[in-house]
Amino acid sequence: MGTTGTPTKITQGSQTKGGIGESTLRPDGTLKVTGEFAYSSDMWHEDMLWGQILRSTVAHAEIVSLDTAEALATSGVYAVLTYDDLPTDVKNYGLELQDTPVLAHGKVRHHGEPVALVAADHPETARRAAAKIKVEYRDLPVVTDEASALAPDAVLVHEGRDDEYARIVPHQNIVHRQPIVRGDAAAAAARADVIVTGEYTFGMQDQAFLGPESGLAVPAEDGGVDLYIATQWLHKDLDQIAPVLGLPKDKVRMTLSGVGGAFGGREDISMQIHACLLALRTGKPVKMVYNRFESFFGHVHRHPAKLFYEHGATKDGKLTHMKCRIVLDGGAYASASPAVVGNASSLSVGPYVVDDVDIEAIALYTNNPPCGAMRGFGAVQACFAYEAQMDKLAAKLGMDPVEFRQLNAMEQGTLLPTGQVVDSPAPVAEILRRVKARPLPPERQWESSEGADVRQLPGGLSNTTHGEGVVRGVGYAVGIKNVGFSEGFDDYSTARVRMEVVAGEPVVTVHTAMAEVGQGGVTVHAQIARTELGVTQVTIHPADTRVGSAGSTSASRQTYVTGGAVKNSCEAVREKVLELGRRKFGSYHPAWATAELLLEGGKVVTDGGEVLADLVDVLQDEAVDIELEWRHRPTEAFDLVTGQGNGHVQYSFAAHRAVVEVDTELGLVKVIELACAQDVGKALNPLSVVGQIQGGTTQGLGIAVMEEIVVDPRTAKVKNPSFTDYLIPTILDTPTIPVDVLELADDHAPYGLRGIGEAPTLSSTPAVLAAIRNATGLELNKTPVRPEHLTGT
Amino acid sequence: MRVNFTVNGRPQEADDVWEGESLLYVLRERLGLPGSKNACEQGECGSCTVRLDGVPVCSCLVAAGQAEGREVVTVEGLADFAKQRAEHGGCATGACGTEGTSLQDARRWSARPQDSQTGEGGELAPVQQAFIDAGAVQCGFCTPGLLVAADEMLERNPSPTDADIREALSGNLCRCTGYEKILDAVRLAAARQAELAEGV
Repeated sequence: MGTTGTPTKITQGSQTKGGIGESTLRPDGTLKVTGEFAYSSDMWHEDMLWGQILRSTVAHAEIVSLDTAEALATSGVYAVLTYDDLPTDVKNYGLELQDTPVLAHGKVRHHGEPVALVAADHPETARRAAAKIKVEYRDLPVVTDEASALAPDAVLVHEGRDDEYARIVPHQNIVHRQPIVRGDAAAAAARADVIVTGEYTFGMQDQAFLGPESGLAVPAEDGGVDLYIATQWLHKDLDQIAPVLGLPKDKVRMTLSGVGGAFGGREDISMQIHACLLALRTGKPVKMVYNRFESFFGHVHRHPAKLFYEHGATKDGKLTHMKCRIVLDGGAYASASPAVVGNASSLSVGPYVVDDVDIEAIALYTNNPPCGAMRGFGAVQACFAYEAQMDKLAAKLGMDPVEFRQLNAMEQGTLLPTGQVVDSPAPVAEILRRVKARPLPPERQWESSEGADVRQLPGGLSNTTHGEGVVRGVGYAVGIKNVGFSEGFDDYSTARVRMEVVAGEPVVTVHTAMAEVGQGGVTVHAQIARTELGVTQVTIHPADTRVGSAGSTSASRQTYVTGGAVKNSCEAVREKVLELGRRKFGSYHPAWATAELLLEGGKVVTDGGEVLADLVDVLQDEAVDIELEWRHRPTEAFDLVTGQGNGHVQYSFAAHRAVVEVDTELGLVKVIELACAQDVGKALNPLSVVGQIQGGTTQGLGIAVMEEIVVDPRTAKVKNPSFTDYLIPTILDTPTIPVDVLELADDHAPYGLRGIGEAPTLSSTPAVLAAIRNATGLELNKTPVRPEHLTGT
Repeated sequence: MRVNFTVNGRPQEADDVWEGESLLYVLRERLGLPGSKNACEQGECGSCTVRLDGVPVCSCLVAAGQAEGREVVTVEGLADFAKQRAEHGGCATGACGTEGTSLQDARRWSARPQDSQTGEGGELAPVQQAFIDAGAVQCGFCTPGLLVAADEMLERNPSPTDADIREALSGNLCRCTGYEKILDAVRLAAARQAELAEGV
């Protein structure tokens, strides 16, 4: 036992109740159902002020003049800040490239860019004062798509770039470009009996987490600031906040507040720096809370994309080659665009064996809203396109679409286009088999002796049909998502674990900086500690920057990486506890030296079950307290020309079958069922695993039939920044989502687990699209599918 | 202006309320009851759902002044509200049709204090416990509004069909769960309620 041995081995017995593999309940559940759980927007401080941002009303313009006098003179206003008030030379921030101004400097590059800040004693006073700031803009031409971005005389969104990608991109309006070339796609195309091509358009999706961007900054006596905030990655925020404030990092103390969902949208800074600036300027605590309108401008979105694909296959159904070009719109600032490009290119072939590929992915700088991380991260857009291609190929070959996919499915040992070998289970054919084998929901379920139940029909209670014009379709899709940060990133996490005796009982405290955004990491950390340390009582310490970085709650990585860190630190604590035991009691029993020892039920026991000592007696008044970093296997950067490299650490696979009913006369879609099968490696908490899969599936459904931020192509202005005009699935739009969970261990990962949060968002969208195509016979190359696409009107 | 109304059975008075303030703002920022959530503040998401004289409303769309003299129940008072309803022969027994809780009944109770740090000390309403048990809570931001709406539906309709549940909760957005476990939770609450009623 100890830290060696196969990583998948559960080194501790599973005797302790509430350990891994059980559906233990959330430790924050009671607080969340009683309304007592403190989200970042619930923070309150005596004497606090409210912060408000003035945002640009145009997408691309010079700021000719900025007059804050009237705002500042408003009763109740304590401060108005502009670019000129920034305290240091560091005036930009950014996840990968520091290209985002804290406040606009002479120019705005997208609709809704922050221009000035106000602090006042009432939120409405702050809003009204912000509206009194006079900004004169001189419009600049807008860059809105590939044509306007890459024209020889295109206006540059960022002049004088000196970032690491600037030298290698073919045009300065390209953030990053990643080609992948393997084999000889042109020669392989000559062997193809059928070739299909497609051009696909993917709309801009919003994370639409329900808890708005918010937080409270409290100035401290030492000149620093305490920030209570909802984020996905405390330490990355800190790296970006402290330099702008001109403070050392230890004077910016961050504590995670309750986070109302994230889905990638909190990976970037939103109001963090602004609230701190206002607090430090006024010497008073400052609370900021976006409303929903502002939230649509206050975080990055999923990259909209154009995808151009060509696939070939032999007449017996084997893929010959794939060529693709993926153009992602990164908007005005880089955010996570370079990494999204890496994912889109390296996963563009999907979970299939294709030896000859010619791939290019780029992200553009435009004056559209900035785009960055969202659940699925570059792999979602690609999956929508390659799965449409698979159906086209199967149709052209006269093959069953599932059988065609299974014939070409990757498996363990498959070589990816990047030259990386898939070295853990890849049950692509099996998860497809499982969703297909599931009985179909009965036809015409809306029919009853009393007539049609319109609630179950397209259009629902709008009473638009009683079944007339309604046709059914079934569609399938499967996808591949990488888990964890890729391309050579040092993707580590840190866990501090402490064991001590409290009130006569051994108690373990787990302290990490992991952002709990709803995914249930806090539940799983306690389970890991119980399994590894054999105690019942585990306290999860609030996440803050007093412990080392946990990395981001994104890329389906936290259970793997911070879970791995908790496991690793627990193992170190266990060794230390056993050492203590040997020192105190070793002479009383030979088993201390000779047997395999476990911690179970609050005791030290041999693997034969003999009790050697109570943890209470081993520890007495001593506490064992260990903080360690933990890393997964290192990855490599992709070669900038060939795209070769062991870029990813793990993959996640999900498949969906969608059953839809379409009112072909009105173009309304009702998704009847959206079945999923996914390999999760090991379900540490089965209830949470299924919840993640169903939630991810539903976000994919949203992309398919309703969700899109509409940006006016003439002005680059957002047209629908509200839940009235940007629709997300309601309980009426969401079908039953039966889930089939496979557990095929990845021997490289803690407990054999696989990151799971994103894969279901990939395959859900193309499965729904395939089902609608199956129902209507239409080609449908865009998301979301709108009524006019179905009716042709 | 000053606004007087009853929240979770207790008379409350809010001073210096600006005329444009919503009931939601007064609850959250003036009365220290942030359980009702501010996800959209435009009546689309249901996360701020409270009961106003028994009727579920989006408190972001109710001007604070409109609550003058009226009864408000928020998620913070839901457990006691449900308990006292059960004790007073409310719909927890499944016998009271579609009338909901009368104003008179609503006035007869008040919420007991809880430990605001841990939430311990209060018994949960059946629907609250069911949300925890069924895994219907992830980020939890939609949860308070859903609980108030679901509890009200179960009061009117103790044995709802899935279609009934979907219809009743169609004004409450959830971004995390895909709603499946919310349906499970409401079914579970209904089943437990029925079991209790049979046991009576």
